Amino acid sequence: MYSKQSLHRSVIAVMTVAALSFTACNGGGGSDKQASGDDNTLIGAGSTFVYPLFSKQFSEYNKETGLKVNYQSIGSGGGIQQLTHKTVDFGDSDAPLNEEQTKEIGSPVLHIPMCSGAVVISYNLPELKDTLRLTPDVIANIFLGKIKSWNDPQIAAVNSGVQLPSTPIVVAHRSDGSGTTNIFTTYLSKVSPQWSTSPGKGSSINWPIGLGGKGNEGVAGLVKQTPGAIGYVELAYAVQNKMAFAKVKNKAGNFITPSVASTSAASNIQLPEDSKVSLTDTDAPDGYPISGFTWALIYKEQKYDNRSQDRATKLLKLLWWNIHEGQKFCEGLNYAPLSPSAVAVAEKILNSATYDGKPILQ
Amino acid sequence: MELRHFFSLRKVKAEASFKKTLLITSILMIVIAIAIFLTLVVHSVPSLKALGIKYLWGRTWDPVSNVYGGLPFLLGTLLTSFLALFISIPFSYAIAIYLGEYKTTGWLPGFLRNIVELVAAVPSVIYGFWALVVVVPLVRSLETKFGVAPYGVGIFTASLVLAIMIIPYAASLGRELIRLTPSALKEGAYSLGATRYEVIKNVVLPYTKSGLFAGLLLSLGRALGETMAVTMVIGNTNILPSNVFSPSNTMASVIANEFTEADRAVYLSALIELGLLLFLVTVAINIIGKAVIKRFTNE
Repeated sequence: MYSKQSLHRSVIAVMTVAALSFTACNGGGGSDKQASGDDNTLIGAGSTFVYPLFSKQFSEYNKETGLKVNYQSIGSGGGIQQLTHKTVDFGDSDAPLNEEQTKEIGSPVLHIPMCSGAVVISYNLPELKDTLRLTPDVIANIFLGKIKSWNDPQIAAVNSGVQLPSTPIVVAHRSDGSGTTNIFTTYLSKVSPQWSTSPGKGSSINWPIGLGGKGNEGVAGLVKQTPGAIGYVELAYAVQNKMAFAKVKNKAGNFITPSVASTSAASNIQLPEDSKVSLTDTDAPDGYPISGFTWALIYKEQKYDNRSQDRATKLLKLLWWNIHEGQKFCEGLNYAPLSPSAVAVAEKILNSATYDGKPILQ
Repeated sequence: MELRHFFSLRKVKAEASFKKTLLITSILMIVIAIAIFLTLVVHSVPSLKALGIKYLWGRTWDPVSNVYGGLPFLLGTLLTSFLALFISIPFSYAIAIYLGEYKTTGWLPGFLRNIVELVAAVPSVIYGFWALVVVVPLVRSLETKFGVAPYGVGIFTASLVLAIMIIPYAASLGRELIRLTPSALKEGAYSLGATRYEVIKNVVLPYTKSGLFAGLLLSLGRALGETMAVTMVIGNTNILPSNVFSPSNTMASVIANEFTEADRAVYLSALIELGLLLFLVTVAINIIGKAVIKRFTNE
C-alpha cells in the first residue's frame, strides 16, 4: 500500500488542482452562442435610470408587434460589460463609452439617444417659502465645502430679499456608482475649473465632503431627514416624491426650473453626428443646465457570432419605434422626450447600422 | 460457527464509503476556501502592480485619477465591528446567563430563546431600513444635545445596529455552554455556602470562559462582514473619521456600492483587493482569537 507521506502529498496535490479549477479565469470570457435562441425575444441590459421608461415602451411594443424584450437594469457599467461579451442585443448607458471601454469592445458601437433626464438640486429648508435660486459657482462651492452655512453672502447675493437661516449646510451625494453622479459631476467640471482638476467627473468620485446615500432613495432620505441638507437626485424621483428643488442659472443667464419641458429644451441644440455629447451647461436659452441623454448601445456591424438578419432588423425596428412612437410615454413617467434635433441625429445613426456591410433599415 | 456471522463485507464496505464521503465533503470546504483566496489574489494583481503596498495606508479613494487607498475603510470596519462587539457583550452575556443558569425551562425562557434566534434570522436589509427610520433620528437628536454635527448617520449608529444584530450569536452559544456546566461543580460551591452570584462568577464563568470567548469571535466575524445594514447608516464618506459620531465607510459597503459601476480595470481590481484585505483581516482576527483561547485554556 501507499506510505502515509505519499498519501498526504497526493491529497494536497488533488486539493490544489481542484482549488485552481474553481478559480475564476476571466480571460476571454465572452463570445458564446446567442443568449436567446428565440429570435422573437431580444435581450438588453444597462442603466437603471431608463428602466421605468423601457418597461412601459417594451410592453406597449409587445402589444403592437408581439416582440418580447427582456431588459435587465443592472447599471450602465454592467450593460456595457454585457455588450462587450456579446451576451445582450443592446445595452443602455447614461454615459458614452470611455476610452478603455471602447478599446476593450474592439468594434464600433452606435450610441442612440433614447430620452433625457435631469438632475435636480434638492434641499431641506422648511422655513424658505420661495424656491431657492442657485448659480453654477455657488453649487460648486457648496459641494466643494467652501460654503458652509446657508446664510453665506454668496447664496444671499443670488437670492435677494429672501431670509436665509444660519443652519450649517449638510451635503448629500451618492455612495454607489451612478449615471446621475456622472451628469452632475460633468456639469460641475464644466462650470468650475477647480472642480475639474479635482475631484473631476465620473460615476464615482472622491467627494471632498458630505454623506453618501445608496441610490436616489438614499440621497432623498438623507435630504428629507437632515435639516439644512442639500443633495442631487433624478428629476423623475424628485417630482414623484414632492421634494423641493432649486432653480439653476444656465449659460444664457436665465434661472430655469427643472422640468420635463426645460430638459427637452436642453437637447434642442446642434448635436454632433455620433450624439456622444453631454447636455450639461447647454447653450439652449431655456434649457435646464444639468441634463443628460441616456443612450442605447448596439454594434454598428450587426453580423457577429451567429446573429440572423431577421434579429438585427427586429432590433433596429424596435429602436426606431422607441425614438418615434415610443416617445409619447416619456412625459407620463417624468422623462424628457427627445427634441426634434435629437430625433434627427438618432435617425441618422440608426440608418448607419449594417448587416454584412449593407444598411439594415431601408 | 462460520466467519460470516462475525464479519459482513457489505457492512465493512458501507463503513469505508461513509468515512470517504465525510472526508470528501470536508476537503471540499477547504478547497472552496482556498479557491476563494486564490481568486481574490489573481484578480487583485492589476491593482497590486499599479499601487503597491501604499494601498494599505493610502487615504485617498479617487476613481477618477485611479488612486486608491484602503485605510479609511479598514479603520471604519475595525471601529464599527469592535465597538459593536463591546456594546453587545453585556447583553449577550446577560441573556446567556439568564437562560443558561436561572431559567432553563418554561414558557418564558422558551419564548425568549425563540425571539433571540429570530433576531439573528431577520435579513440585514430590514435592519438597515429600521435603523434609517428609527435609530438615525434618535442619534441625530442625541448629537444635537452634544453639539456635534447632527448627521444622524455615522460610526455610532452603525455600531448600534451591528450590536443588535450580533447579540444572538454569542448569546446562543453562551447559553448552551453555561447549561452544560457540570452540576457537581456548582453543587460543590453551593455546599460551601456560595451565593448564586458567587457560583456564577467563580465556577460557571471560568469553566465556560473559552467557549464564551469563541462565541464573541463568532459575533465579531459576523460584524466584520456585515454589509447592507451598515451601508445604509454609516454615512459613506471616504474621509478618515475624527470621532465616534463621524460618518465613515467600511470595506464591505464600498465593495457593495461601487462594484457594479466600476468601469476601469484598475478600479475593479482595487475593489477586489479590498475584498482580499477584508478576507485577510477576518482570518487574522480568527487566528489571534484562537491563540487567545488556547492561552486561557492552558493556564
